[in-house]
Amino acid sequence: MSTAPSTQVTPKRSFTASASVYVNERTSLAGFVKELGRKAFPDHWSFLLGEIALFSFVVILISGTFLTFFFQASMAEVHYDGSYVPLKGVEMSVAMASTLDISFDIRGGLFVRQMHHWAALLFVAAIGLHMLRIFFTGAFRKPREFNWLIGFTLFILAMGEGFTGYSLPDDLLSGNGLRIIDGLIKGIPVIGTWTSFLLFGGEFPGTAIVGRLYTLHILLLPAIVVALIAIHLVLVVVHKHTQYAAPGKTQQNAVGPPILPIYAAKAGGFFFIIFGVLALIASLFTINPIWNYGPYDPSPVSAGTQPDWYIGFADGALRLIPPGWEFVWLDRTWSFNILVPLIAIGIFILLVVAYPFIEAWVKGDHREHHIADRPRNAPTRTAIGAAGVTFYAGLWAAASSDILATHFSLTMEGVIHALQAMVIIGPFVAYFIAKRVCIALQKKDREVVLHGYESGRIVKLPGGEFIEVHQPLDEYDRWKLVSYESYEPLMIRPNARGKITVGQRLRAGMSRWFFEDRIAPVTKGELEASHSAHH
Amino acid sequence: MAQDDHSGTELAAADSSHEALAPTASPGTALISSDAFENPGFPPHRPRVTDEDPKKEKRAQRTVYTLFYLSILGSVWAVAAYMLFPIESNDVGAVRLNNMFIGLGATLALLGLGFGIVHWGKAIMDDVELADERHPIGGSPETQAAAAKVFSDSDKESGFTRRSVIRNSLIGALIAFPLPALVLFRGFAPQDQLPVELLSHTMWAKGTRLALDPSGVPIKAADVTIGSAFHIIPEGLAELEHGKLEEKAKAAVLLMRLEPSELNQAPDRESWSYDGIVAYSKICTHVGCPVALYEQHTHHLLCPCHQSQFDVANHCEVIFGPAKRPLPQLPIAVDDEGYLIAQSDFTEPVGPSFWERS
Ligand code: HEM
Ligand code: FES
Repeated sequence: MSTAPSTQVTPKRSFTASASVYVNERTSLAGFVKELGRKAFPDHWSFLLGEIALFSFVVILISGTFLTFFFQASMAEVHYDGSYVPLKGVEMSVAMASTLDISFDIRGGLFVRQMHHWAALLFVAAIGLHMLRIFFTGAFRKPREFNWLIGFTLFILAMGEGFTGYSLPDDLLSGNGLRIIDGLIKGIPVIGTWTSFLLFGGEFPGTAIVGRLYTLHILLLPAIVVALIAIHLVLVVVHKHTQYAAPGKTQQNAVGPPILPIYAAKAGGFFFIIFGVLALIASLFTINPIWNYGPYDPSPVSAGTQPDWYIGFADGALRLIPPGWEFVWLDRTWSFNILVPLIAIGIFILLVVAYPFIEAWVKGDHREHHIADRPRNAPTRTAIGAAGVTFYAGLWAAASSDILATHFSLTMEGVIHALQAMVIIGPFVAYFIAKRVCIALQKKDREVVLHGYESGRIVKLPGGEFIEVHQPLDEYDRWKLVSYESYEPLMIRPNARGKITVGQRLRAGMSRWFFEDRIAPVTKGELEASHSAHH
Repeated sequence: MAQDDHSGTELAAADSSHEALAPTASPGTALISSDAFENPGFPPHRPRVTDEDPKKEKRAQRTVYTLFYLSILGSVWAVAAYMLFPIESNDVGAVRLNNMFIGLGATLALLGLGFGIVHWGKAIMDDVELADERHPIGGSPETQAAAAKVFSDSDKESGFTRRSVIRNSLIGALIAFPLPALVLFRGFAPQDQLPVELLSHTMWAKGTRLALDPSGVPIKAADVTIGSAFHIIPEGLAELEHGKLEEKAKAAVLLMRLEPSELNQAPDRESWSYDGIVAYSKICTHVGCPVALYEQHTHHLLCPCHQSQFDVANHCEVIFGPAKRPLPQLPIAVDDEGYLIAQSDFTEPVGPSFWERS
């Protein structure tokens, strides 16, 4: 603690120095700066995916706030009277008319609107890729399980934000999307009919839905998203970032440039780059030209229209259901053509959420893990991920089944059947291939550690034989290839009371599935043995 | 987190890496080899070109400030474009120019800043790498014990565990208090309406004329030639002041005329058509999109949303896709003046399935 307040005149200080003293004496910020300013932040291109998500969200906030000053979330009917001639006099909702005004009567309005939409598309994509990075490098392991849950919740919320936003302009496509949601909700047993009735404030489409979605879109969902992002980032600081295996990097340290100044410069500059790229796209490429679609009307629709990309998997899931999956039983309608996609997607989501906990239970590993895995060194996990991606990709492709059919002159039925096969069989094929590829790569790594890499230099031996010279690895390069752990299958052992529990059996079975095929890293002894064999 | 981890330690050779953070934590089934390689420690630092060649460093500096000046230029350009490319005239081309030039100015401003700052960080700032120590996330045993003591002290002082009657009644009250909020949600839809009732009726009634969508002009049977198809709404819908879209979302109909010999009609429905003219609900029985695509030579209707196909010749039964039920048929007839009219409302609810439907 400091002593009595000093009264003596300090020697002349620079403006920044005096400003920081002024602020600190009122906020105690110096403690934060000391604690955080020189934290080392590990660096790798794959760590940028989360930053892209964060920065595109900031762009969304900025552009969205601008839009709120002009957008009017009302479904009252008006006759359009703006600058876009082809729609003059057409009856539409105030929401649609104000979106047209943003596009055609406010200078720069179209630019901001398009930037908002493009940023939304990038935001969801970046979260998705970020999640894949976390998954395939095992960055969800202890102590980071909560951040996996938070991140996944953000992914779902982002899709919710996107869908509510897409519905706001009340044009033909957004109304059609809502119609599908209405039909989906109505198909849910017991609560469906009433849920739809309450959501739409009466019969579909009603005059309430745009206003309600607006509250979700600009108040409730963003508030939750901002709060979760904040917790997500605080946890990143608490855990310190993971890093890839490299010489000098250990489980006990975090190595990288300091937050101030290098990391701040790179990340801050990267924010402007993301912002700039979105500005470039928004100035050159039209997105969601609602003036071509016209106002919502339950009757017309055109073929080949698509939802935003991140809703595609759900739309595709609906398309893949074979005919006839709906029954009347006990005097009630059971719409399995709707329930099955909902349940399948629900199970998929649960598996994704639960994966870190399942893997930890199978391994029984209670240690903290701060070194990110190379995907090949966790073959079963990587293969499971590949299977999941294939499943998702199949559903997603199904959302374009009509376009695939017309584009490649195939029959609708053929395309649907092929995609059904892809969704059901594809994951197994992907699993098998990914696992084999991982194990092959691990073997190759062992080969390189034991015998060096091919130098490309061919020499002629005295006997006339040609061989390629193998260059041994230096210890730094070698470390990247040998610094991982492999796990062995669990042996079932009776517990204290001499019993083998069902849980034990299940765990042993899963453990065998995970770790039966495994390639251990080269040890010192093996390397020595291989050297003496050569000489 | 409370620990001061002396952030900002310069890189030093690392100790052995395989030891986990909490020495007591179980490694589970991990194989820990006693013969594993040791971490060789940090490799020697490699200087960048800008560290070694002052000319290169100069050039990097020039690049950075040029980028910043370009950024200023971009900002100024965007402001100028706002004024130079107005969109006053009813001219879509002007909108495009306004959008593009403001946008490109902003792009230059942002990318100039972004690339400038990143380049400064990468090429000019001292190439420092630091190593922070990690500590177990759970904190030290002392901290954990202190936290546990806070809880046990406050439990003792409040009697939360001991006085179980108060505690349990508190939990009960906490569970009950949100219930009133749930009830409030009933107000989300009009109190005097019931969804099943509304879903079971449409605007069609005995004698309602079939009118063209969207003009609302009634249509005569004589206007419907063989092979043609019309989008139909009930007469009077176009003039509705309120609830037009809600009515249309249930009442939209497709009218088609086939050769009477091509229609396979159920005996009880033979009177529902008129001389090969049939009317079916246009609202898909899957999740409610308009079934708007008619393939004349196959008599198939296609829903663009999930590709359900309906066979008009066979009472619009589903021949492919996720929909289950045929499109409901509207019984039609012709009035004295030759206009097509409905014989009644639909005989079943139209549109997507719902729980109470049977
Ligand atoms: C994760 C966050 C968000 C996503 C993914 C998102 C996405 C979207 C999308 C796709 C649209 C349709 C735009 C179009 O017409 O093409 C939209 C509209 C809109 N958004 Fe957002 N948004 C997000 C957050 C916000 C926030 C935070 C605000 C306000 C503070 C906002 C304000 C608006 C407004 C006013 C509209 C309607 C205007 C229009 O359609 O042009 N959005 N949003
Ligand atoms: S709404 Fe017609 S097929 Fe889904």
